[in-house]
Amino acid sequence: MSAVLATSFLQDQSFLDILYILAFALFIQGLRGLSGPTTAVRGNRIAAAGMAIAVIATLLNVNEGNWALIVIGVALGAAVGVPAARQVKMTAMPQMVALFNGVGGGAVFLISWSEFRLSDGFTATPTYIAIFSLFAAIVGSVSFWGSNIAFGKLQEIIPGRPITLGSSQQIVNLLLLLIAVACGVAIAAGEHSEALFIVMLLAAALLGNAVVFPIGGADMPVVISLLNAFTGLSAAATGIALNNPALIVAGMIVGASGSILTNLMAVAMNRSIPAIVAGGFGGGGTVEGASGAGEHAGTVRSTSAADAAIQLAYANRVVIVPGYGMAVAQAQHAVRELTKELEKRQVEVSYAIHPVAGRMPGHMNVLLAEADVPYDQLKEMEEANPEFGRTDVSLVIGANDVTNPAAKNTPSSPIYGMPILEVSDSNSVIVIKRSMNPGFAGIENELYYDPKTTMLFGDAKSAVSEITAELGQI
Amino acid sequence: MIIASTLTTNLAILILAGFIGFVVISKVPNTLHTPLMSGTNAIHGIVLLGGLLVVGLSGNGAFNKIILVIAIAFGTINVVGGFLVTDRMLEMFKSKPKAAGDEEQKGKGS
Repeated sequence: MSAVLATSFLQDQSFLDILYILAFALFIQGLRGLSGPTTAVRGNRIAAAGMAIAVIATLLNVNEGNWALIVIGVALGAAVGVPAARQVKMTAMPQMVALFNGVGGGAVFLISWSEFRLSDGFTATPTYIAIFSLFAAIVGSVSFWGSNIAFGKLQEIIPGRPITLGSSQQIVNLLLLLIAVACGVAIAAGEHSEALFIVMLLAAALLGNAVVFPIGGADMPVVISLLNAFTGLSAAATGIALNNPALIVAGMIVGASGSILTNLMAVAMNRSIPAIVAGGFGGGGTVEGASGAGEHAGTVRSTSAADAAIQLAYANRVVIVPGYGMAVAQAQHAVRELTKELEKRQVEVSYAIHPVAGRMPGHMNVLLAEADVPYDQLKEMEEANPEFGRTDVSLVIGANDVTNPAAKNTPSSPIYGMPILEVSDSNSVIVIKRSMNPGFAGIENELYYDPKTTMLFGDAKSAVSEITAELGQI
Repeated sequence: MIIASTLTTNLAILILAGFIGFVVISKVPNTLHTPLMSGTNAIHGIVLLGGLLVVGLSGNGAFNKIILVIAIAFGTINVVGGFLVTDRMLEMFKSKPKAAGDEEQKGKGS
């Protein structure tokens, strides 16, 4: 306890703990607000207030001599974080989240490292504290590096296709994990060497790289969710090591959230989490599964913007199915304009959104919300699928694998069993797509050869704008 | 003895928080999963506290000070950036009443 104000109740441990408890109560209350769009903004602000309380409580107990360091750190962080959060485009949200997640993991392993150094290698530290601190260091390091690679891939600094070591990938991953754990166990057992700690951090860093490099673009939602869970768990472990209830609760809730999302994403792709982490899907390896699709070739019918406009104008009910292609083309505003034009003609329009459309959970919803699409027009898969039967036109914009009927009809297909948006139930389908190239999974889409389907080739944004323009002529 | 009770108390908090987390997060609709993710991201930025606590201890050497400043900066990016970006997103979801649909042309700023 500091010499100044030593007697003040502000530094009484019970008082601090009460503030921490208040903080985590506000986190939970804030997250409860996220159950609906009307309460969500307030919820987020409540959670932020909880964070402010937790930070202030901690600052009350800081020795005076270190204020300069704190100010520098916070100023640096704010200088980077605030403009990034203000300016990021909604289409770039997945990489922003990956980056924020990564720095969280980075903070965790750096804190563990400093604790290790400060205690001379956990000398005279209870073993359980050392264990939680070491766990935090390993998981934080994996999360930091993994998130940075995910950021690089999403930002297209690193190629988005899977980069693997081939069949030795799993062995390498396992070996790296074993090295990190072995170092951790040795340190917890009383080894005080800092070199060992650094080897542990390095092995975890390489593991983070080795896990994310082989992940293809379409698997990104799972990986981002998983890394989110990791950072949360590592924060909770830090909380136990530092005996801080706010950290424990906050970290654990994030861990739970990340786990739920990871599981949802994996179910929505009909893939097991270990299989995704083992990598190699989404481009390489499974391409032979596409064989047999070749016989369809030559029966694709292409259409023009004018014809598509007529088809849409005389429909009663249109369902728009957006995918990553819409995000890439920044087409969300153009799509909204088209919708407005159709609604003027009394066409009922809704959006069907697959859980893994895009590059992170809920990615499409954010883009459409940005374009002012009313919340109640956004339909989740379970809600949308029974409605396709009474839909006149399904307009697929930059979505591919999530509409592929092979997932239902072709047991040999690599995506067989994955729940899809059943657009082929509608009376007709228009697909806007840049070319006939298969999607990230490298699988031919039977939908394109369906006699009900017409293809409108082109960039999503310009194709949609052309349709809107043609609609104006009718 | 005291240590053991701290550990068990903290473990109890950990487990209960996990269950509460599952219940609360399960109620979040798919549509809001991106803001959920960036919001929880901001919350795990609470590791910032770890940096503040350790930097407040005496005996940190120069190297420790450097990595702790980085940790605090990282934590701040995580917290401040996370909450701001979530706020921006959620503002977009706050749907205007359906009647506003016709006059959206003028609301096209911001």
